[in-house]
Amino acid sequence: MPRMLRQLMHRRIVMASALVLLVIAVLAIGAPLFASIDPNDTAVLDRLKAPSAEHLLGTDELGRDMYSRIVHGARYSLAIAALTALGSVIAGTVLGLMAGFFRRLDTPLMRVVDAMMSFPDILLAIALVAILGPSLMNTVLALVLVYTPRVARVVRASTLVVRELLFVEAVRALGVRTSRILWRHILPNLMSPILVQVSFIFAYAILAEAGLSFLGVGVPPEIPTWGTMVAGSQQYAHQAFWVVLFPGLAIIFTALSLQLLGDGVRDLLDPKLKKTS
Amino acid sequence: MMKMKSASLRYVASRAGGMLIVLAIVAVLVFVLTRAASGDPVSVLLGDQATAADIARVQKDYGLDKPLPVQFGYWLREVLQGNLGTSIFLQRPVTQALWERAEPTTLLALMAVAIAALIGVPCGIVSAVFRGRVVDQLFTGIAMLGASIPSFWLGIVLIQIFAVSFGWFPVSGYGAPDAPFMERLHALVLPATVLGLLNSALIIRFTRASMLDVLGEDYVRTARSKGLSESKVVLKHALRNALVPIVTVIGLTVALMIGGAVITETVFGLPGVGNLVVSAVLRRDYPVIQGALLVIAAIYVLINFSIDLLYAVVDPRVKV
Amino acid sequence: MTNANTTPRLTVSNLSTSFPTEDGLIRSVADVSFSIQPGKTTALVGESGSGKSVTSLTLMRLLPKTANAQVSGSASFVTREGKTLDLLQIGEREMRSLRGNQLSMIFQEPMTSLNPVFTIGEQIAESVRLHKGLDRKAALAHALHMLELVEIPAAAQRIHDYPHQLSGGMRQRVMIALAMACDPTLLIADEPTTALDVTIQAQILELMRRLQAETGMSILFITHNLGVVAHHADDVVVLYAGRVVESAPVRPLFAQPEHPYTQGLLACLPGKARLPGQPKPKRLFAIRGQVSSPLAPPPGCAFEPRCDLALPECSVAMPPLIETHHGREARCVRVQPAQPLVRSA
Repeated sequence: MPRMLRQLMHRRIVMASALVLLVIAVLAIGAPLFASIDPNDTAVLDRLKAPSAEHLLGTDELGRDMYSRIVHGARYSLAIAALTALGSVIAGTVLGLMAGFFRRLDTPLMRVVDAMMSFPDILLAIALVAILGPSLMNTVLALVLVYTPRVARVVRASTLVVRELLFVEAVRALGVRTSRILWRHILPNLMSPILVQVSFIFAYAILAEAGLSFLGVGVPPEIPTWGTMVAGSQQYAHQAFWVVLFPGLAIIFTALSLQLLGDGVRDLLDPKLKKTS
Repeated sequence: MMKMKSASLRYVASRAGGMLIVLAIVAVLVFVLTRAASGDPVSVLLGDQATAADIARVQKDYGLDKPLPVQFGYWLREVLQGNLGTSIFLQRPVTQALWERAEPTTLLALMAVAIAALIGVPCGIVSAVFRGRVVDQLFTGIAMLGASIPSFWLGIVLIQIFAVSFGWFPVSGYGAPDAPFMERLHALVLPATVLGLLNSALIIRFTRASMLDVLGEDYVRTARSKGLSESKVVLKHALRNALVPIVTVIGLTVALMIGGAVITETVFGLPGVGNLVVSAVLRRDYPVIQGALLVIAAIYVLINFSIDLLYAVVDPRVKV
Repeated sequence: MTNANTTPRLTVSNLSTSFPTEDGLIRSVADVSFSIQPGKTTALVGESGSGKSVTSLTLMRLLPKTANAQVSGSASFVTREGKTLDLLQIGEREMRSLRGNQLSMIFQEPMTSLNPVFTIGEQIAESVRLHKGLDRKAALAHALHMLELVEIPAAAQRIHDYPHQLSGGMRQRVMIALAMACDPTLLIADEPTTALDVTIQAQILELMRRLQAETGMSILFITHNLGVVAHHADDVVVLYAGRVVESAPVRPLFAQPEHPYTQGLLACLPGKARLPGQPKPKRLFAIRGQVSSPLAPPPGCAFEPRCDLALPECSVAMPPLIETHHGREARCVRVQPAQPLVRSA
């Protein structure tokens, strides 16, 4: 483990991404500390003001400080994405383990996974939110259902590989209980691909939530995520470009850093075998 | 020869079998989803205008007092006969509504795939050939960036720059219904660029990976040992072998476009299938949601199936 | 070397190839010199990691670019037209005109060395069209002729086959046809029979010998198999850890090996399971120990840790390569340099 950390540190881009993510997370968690202006403070006289010393990123159509909105909005956007990543990874891992380890469950489970992945991500999310009703938790739930199949596939593939390793045979021959085998022997070997998936799902979730909120079928517009910000202000884009530019940049930076990090970790875990992608 | 033919048939049959099972599960999922949302499939089928008497009659006719799996059977029978219900808001059969909207979405998807491939494949090849150098890192970085940009944001940005400021393209819309074909294509340029740019990321990465795999093979070394120029080695010997995974991912991109079209059509105000689905969800137009989901998922499954078959045909080594 | 009166086809002088890696500089080939006479076969012998494959790839300039190889030394090649070129110095374009033309190579893995999406006829024809300028029809006709030359049965039908339709032995014959399509003067064969069945090995080697007799080409034969060397080589160069430890014509080498490593290799042959002067032992002989890591070479002679005849001075410094007889060299403190001929008055 320490050797891996050392190797990670050698890759500057990966470390830079991790740093960026850390900064974003700190800003989000400690939002009131870093953005003193109340994000909900409307000041109609100050609407659509360009970035200035007083308002670092300008103001939106209701005179609210953009910088403040973005920093506070980070809390919601990141929380939704984090919950999605967590939920889909846990559900997907369980599914993938079952499919990979128990031969009889493999085909039926994977057919269901195939079927779920037959719907374009956004479409499925929209449909699910339509059923459940638009709210923050329902958006999370919908996205979890959308990404679980993806994780399940990856975990299943890794499980199949690990299952064939000799030590599993040996442990089984010793009569160890299946659940113990899964928990103590197989799962630890899956941590690497699972960690990589967490990073990517987090990134996809940020983009997906933004998209859903933009369409108006995700989080209710009162909740200030980066997506709802763009949705609410898009008609003013030609007058005051910053109201759309900065939330978008926030999304891009976060998603990019997450993907770079995930890529870097994945490269590390599959180093000598195939340095192709 | 005969042996090969029966083996091919067996391969096709097994793949088709798998596809049918997936389609069946898709149908079940859509049925369950819509039932969960709307609760009453009869009003879904009949529309808002049905009277209580109509409902009661249809319920008995369709055996809706029967258990759920039987209802599913009836529903499925209707679907397979082409009856996807009637849109509550558009007052038209769902199939008709989908058909009317098919053109913009299809054209958009094809244009976007073309752009994505034209950008992605050459960049991927260059990235692989100059692996590790600045060009490679640049392209890989751009590919990663492309996968991080929200499509609606890019759409708004491009509209602002090219439609509003420069005035080269319409800000939104698809042109009047009787507008010439070229005008409609022109309206699709910006949205296709958005979709194409963002999806080229995947193609770049896949092309690069596939080329790197092939460039490391022994026969590439043999080609070099024959004294062939580097461009011949890369473009003739390596690319031919790398092509199959690349074509596969391009095919998959077509399927991805369908999903990507949803947001892009909304941003650019295009009267396509994606836009239809979004407004249907906002208006709780369940027949449309149900029909669109079924059709789109079915198309996706068919595309994947075709790619599977194509794989077997193109590569002479696939054990068919 | 045999008959030093004619100009060698290839003269390699002080060839060194090193690879920079994360863990340090690996000197795969260090200070290697040998020559190959026209029409003769020189065998480059050594175990895995001795640097023999790297030597051949260096000469052909086919090392992967990502390896960042550092190459020094010279390789003088005499072309058909009589020009002398240094293979390591000439431009890439000139090198390409030689590759597959006057200078060709066959590789160890016939199963993966042919492009799976082109027919074998097309692959041979490509070479011919490139170097001889023939049109498609003429090139394919020549390809057919080559396939017949390498004794592929039903060549006229098989010319349209894809590589996966051929067995390993057949594919290697195709490789030979490919390499010889443009009548090379030097063929580098990197363990061409290692991956094949024993019976097929004999056929391929016989084929190569026959082609050499017919065309007069030189062969650089890279192998770890001394049995093959005995029957098919004229001169032998023994490599250990990237350096030449002995070189001699084949018969003298087998009759009287001078370097302990060569003696050990010969003793490994089951038929020769005894060192000179020893009674015939009952067990198979194996050189004890393993090759040292290229990143941590021993301070003196590279073979010293495994040598039963080692002396204290062997671990101090690398012994120089000394001429021991006319046409023979060895790198060992135990060998005597050749005495200059003394003419009595």
